Amino acid sequence: MSETETNVETTTSLWGGGVTPYKGISHIKLGMWLFIISDALTFSALLFGYAYLRNASPNWPDPFKFFPSILVSTLMTFCLLTSSLTMVLAVHHSQHGDRAKAFKWILATMLGGMAFLVLHANEWRELIHHGMTTFSNPWGDSMFGATFFTITGLHMTHVLSGVIYLGVVAWRLERRKTFDDEVEVAGLYWHFVDLVWMFVFPLLYLMSVDMGGN
Amino acid sequence: MTATAEHGESHGGMRLMYIVWVWLIVLTVAEVLLAYFQVPLTVMLLLLIGMSLIKSVLIMAYFMHLRFDRASLTWTLIPAMVICILLMCIFFPDSVRLGSIGLFD
Repeated sequence: MSETETNVETTTSLWGGGVTPYKGISHIKLGMWLFIISDALTFSALLFGYAYLRNASPNWPDPFKFFPSILVSTLMTFCLLTSSLTMVLAVHHSQHGDRAKAFKWILATMLGGMAFLVLHANEWRELIHHGMTTFSNPWGDSMFGATFFTITGLHMTHVLSGVIYLGVVAWRLERRKTFDDEVEVAGLYWHFVDLVWMFVFPLLYLMSVDMGGN
Repeated sequence: MTATAEHGESHGGMRLMYIVWVWLIVLTVAEVLLAYFQVPLTVMLLLLIGMSLIKSVLIMAYFMHLRFDRASLTWTLIPAMVICILLMCIFFPDSVRLGSIGLFD
């Protein structure tokens, strides 16, 4: 906190105007945060809906075998977590004025996101192959398919749009059209996508492990 | 050491970020192990939610560097979100009722 800032806060009345509680936080950053909060509530509502239906259902299916489903989804989690780390590196380098390195780390982040998408799409393909739709599945309560495809589908949409978003930011970085803030804000979005998966993965996958026996 | 601390004042320093990443991986492995060892579902749910909350706090505080931003940002965003999410819990008793009348049977 700088000296002038402290002076402003002590000499000006808070009601006099001209004082912002978000000093140092840019508009696009605050905007992104507000979007993230509302999006977090969307995902919360979907996860609550899933928990509600599961709690009311007497035969909720647990179709995921530990191998390969859980191991593959663990690998997907690893991809997302690591892509978050590479995004932190990208923001770090862009804030230190190293555009070339920032650009490379954004590409690495996009790669992590794409690996996640490929693995996830492959899993969807397999589930659909086994006869799972949003209306029915061979294992139990039909609502399982609806909740699973809705939640993971919305999350995949976020990852896909995140990859495109990062591509645009990388392109603008390369063309020197962007500024540090933009990389940081893209990073916020990317970490949020990672954060959502930290709830989707345990609640949808780990809670639905086939405990054997059939 | 002091140089790193000064250098990373605004964004926590990269060393700290690697440590956070390792913790996130460790917690994820712990979650997967819970599934592997087939812990009773209620216990598992509580542990999973607990660990996921820790992970989300780690991501928000360090990766999204909320800890290093102005506190007013945190106070604007987080309490509102938490209260809204808690309000959603109000629906849960109804799911028990639906289960008891056997709507899904």
